[in-house]
Amino acid sequence: MTRQIRRLSFVFGLLLIALLANVTLIQVINAGDYRSRPGNQRVLLAEYDRERGPILVASDPVARSVETGNTLTYLRNYNNGPLFAPVTGFYSLVYGATGLERTENRILNGKADIFTVDRVQQLVSGRQPVGGAVTTTINAAAQKAAFKGLKGKRGAVVAIEPATGRILASVQMPSFDPNRLSSHDPSDIREYYNELEADPDKPLLNRPIVSLNPPGSTFKVVVASAALASGRFTADSVLPGPKTYQLPNSSKKLRNWTGKECGPEGKITLRQALAISCNTAFAWLGNELGAAAIRDQAEAFGFNSGFEIPLRAATSLFPQDPDAPQTALSAIGQFEVRATALQMAMVAASIGNSGRTMNPYLVQEIRGPDLSILQTTEPSQFEDALKPSNSLSLTEMLVNVVENGTGSNAKIDGVRVAGKTGTAQTGNDSPSVAWFISFAPAAAPKVAVAVVIEESGAAEVSGNGLAAPIAKAVMKAVLGR
Amino acid sequence: MKSRRNTELVLLVFAWALGILGTLQVGWATGEGTPPRLWITISAVALIALVMHVVVRVRAKYADPIMLPVGTLLTILGLIMIYRLDVADARRAELNNAPLPTPDVYSQLTWFAIAGILFCGVFILLRDHRRLQRYTFTFGLIGLVLMVLPLAPVIGTTVNGATLWIRVGDFSFQPAEMAKILLTIFFAGYLVKTRDSLALVRTKVLGIGLPRPKDLGPIVIAWFISLGVLIFQRDLGTSVLFFGLFVSMLYIATQRRSWLIIGFFLFLGGAYFAYANFGHVQARVTVWLDPWSYADTTGYQIVQSIYGLANGGILGAGLGQGFPNLVPFASTDFIVAALGEELGVTGIFVILLLYAILIERGLRTAITCRDGFGQLLAAGLSITFALQVFVIIGGVTGLIPLTGLTTPFLSYGGSSLVANWVILALLLRISDRSRRPDLSKVSPDDAMTQVVPRVNQ
Repeated sequence: MTRQIRRLSFVFGLLLIALLANVTLIQVINAGDYRSRPGNQRVLLAEYDRERGPILVASDPVARSVETGNTLTYLRNYNNGPLFAPVTGFYSLVYGATGLERTENRILNGKADIFTVDRVQQLVSGRQPVGGAVTTTINAAAQKAAFKGLKGKRGAVVAIEPATGRILASVQMPSFDPNRLSSHDPSDIREYYNELEADPDKPLLNRPIVSLNPPGSTFKVVVASAALASGRFTADSVLPGPKTYQLPNSSKKLRNWTGKECGPEGKITLRQALAISCNTAFAWLGNELGAAAIRDQAEAFGFNSGFEIPLRAATSLFPQDPDAPQTALSAIGQFEVRATALQMAMVAASIGNSGRTMNPYLVQEIRGPDLSILQTTEPSQFEDALKPSNSLSLTEMLVNVVENGTGSNAKIDGVRVAGKTGTAQTGNDSPSVAWFISFAPAAAPKVAVAVVIEESGAAEVSGNGLAAPIAKAVMKAVLGR
Repeated sequence: MKSRRNTELVLLVFAWALGILGTLQVGWATGEGTPPRLWITISAVALIALVMHVVVRVRAKYADPIMLPVGTLLTILGLIMIYRLDVADARRAELNNAPLPTPDVYSQLTWFAIAGILFCGVFILLRDHRRLQRYTFTFGLIGLVLMVLPLAPVIGTTVNGATLWIRVGDFSFQPAEMAKILLTIFFAGYLVKTRDSLALVRTKVLGIGLPRPKDLGPIVIAWFISLGVLIFQRDLGTSVLFFGLFVSMLYIATQRRSWLIIGFFLFLGGAYFAYANFGHVQARVTVWLDPWSYADTTGYQIVQSIYGLANGGILGAGLGQGFPNLVPFASTDFIVAALGEELGVTGIFVILLLYAILIERGLRTAITCRDGFGQLLAAGLSITFALQVFVIIGGVTGLIPLTGLTTPFLSYGGSSLVANWVILALLLRISDRSRRPDLSKVSPDDAMTQVVPRVNQ
């Protein structure tokens, strides 16, 4: 009987190996696949089970985890949710995460590699991993000023520190309350989400960085830069500025907003053309320079490039191959030129920063659970957009816009402000868009701002009337005035 | 041969210490703090294990030293996981403002104490396992009665579709667990007497000797009883266990492979018959083939079990840090999934190896046993462990269709715990006799030529 028992034990050994192989298959080889299956609640439960790190503005948490004492141990709480929504995004049981909640997820949930040492300690002590903190570059005062200024309008504001590319403000209107999307009540989350989706003003859109609009007259700053860079023009060069500009190879004519000649005898200097935003002069200048030169200049400011701040910003566009009339229209920021508020803030910042375009960023520091600094973002340059001498010259021209030209509403007592207004028609019947870009103090700017207001209905939209006061409030907030 | 009782004691202390660490980890990791009544529970476990050890030391000095600690460690791991699931249930009740559920861990601990008493009872009442052989048919009859008892009116109870329980007042019991032991004794006693005639060969087909048709009676009866269990009590697991046990023992007793082949074909026939005629069997197979399509309905359990195991990964979520309570019946049928989630594949390997050690020591006891009845009984009891472990863990991990069986020593449930401890006691009883130095063989006359086992140096 011994032999039979041995044989049976051999069979049992095989069964044991089958069991071992099967659990290895499930727990090691296929585990990743099972973990990421949509029906698997464990991953989300695990996320809600550990304390997620905060998102900080200066030292104040704008998103943090609070203990609830139920199955989903932690609830995400957004202090002043709608104000910071374009920065934080939401963290939803149903719809996943957006904003920094998404891009910095592995920092916030403590799973990033920089926490390896902590993780080993946690493994030994059996403690739940605690997430790290993300400190943003946002300036709370600037953010609030922009939010307040946008109230009742539809638009976006982006403010940048010119020397570094730090994003000081990123605001949108209308906004949403991430608290309601990040609650523990799936039916309420769905209800609110559907409500937001149905809203024609698209509050869920991250307007400051993804909403593309024709930049209108603010794009003349880019054309002026190209003109200076060509070496053929200076601020004092005299350009033709007639009542109307005959579009080449076309029966159509382009006219000035005022319907008048820009200067006596239809002549005007570049400085003055920028100050009064003379369309005919810039349309002419556009064709003088050629589309390629303008495109090169625009691309040096960041057009036609994608930026991850780390949220993915939409790519601002300058058309690939415009013909002569299209080039003329592009030179005044129409046709197929499209820009985000972030892009136009980068243009202003670059001019203020001696022509160096910096990569914009939103995350200042990564901190450990104990708030020790683990990683700091170093500013990095994107490209040289202007020679320093040209940037100085252009700055003077933009100061002139504010002090003597169309940008009067951005004047701040005791501070020299450089700025440019813009108004664009997005289409024949589409709403017009009001812009204002600026930086201050002109000599060594601490802040560059772009304000875009998408106005439906109003026939006349003025960059100076609607957008400039908001830009002024944001600059004052940053300058502490 | 050395008695190795001190080895056993050291291993028991080790198992007990692991238990304390595990319990503390659950308490701390879940934020409950040091578990309430910790001192009482760990003292109770220590007392039960110590009494068992002392009884073995006194009444079965040469018994195998590994099996008692392994059984104790498995029971302790089960207690830790049951406590951990209690915590999760209490949390859930709190959240839903429901009354707090009664913790299961104390009742499991009570059953462990009862199991310990029966364990000791085996050693005190039974000096020699061969006495069981005298009651072969009595045990067989009682075993059969116990198996059909849940079908009796008034006391029989159906839970989750399976009629396995009898209930008297608040007290419920799964008689099949005890029947398992009695029927193994019956098989051993019966087969040891009839094996010679069952081993007779009449014809050879393809080189395999087939038994005489008139000897087919017993296996056919066993087959019908298994089918009966399946049909009337809807208990797939017990049915498979019962039949597999009988066929294996028949093979050992007769030393004829033909019985295995006949058994295999009868099993296939029965399985096909059951699949073709019974919805609950069909459902099990369908879910086994593709659990993902039924993830929200009939496949929910197995899918949650796999998610849990996957969540555990290599090292596990850590005791108290997974979500084992998402699997329905986590403390009974699916306790291995719960352990796999929190202890990882590492933990499952350890548990499976503990079972492998237990079964190997049981089969070794069978091989070294000097009487045929003891050999068959020890082999049969070890085989019940082996089949049960394979059928339930294979089911829970989706290797084979899921059938409801308890996981020996680990699962929550009194009948199963008590029955498994009685099986362990019987195995130890047999091993005591087979490991005992047989001094009677050494006659003074040829003492000089006798090979004497080396004694302690």
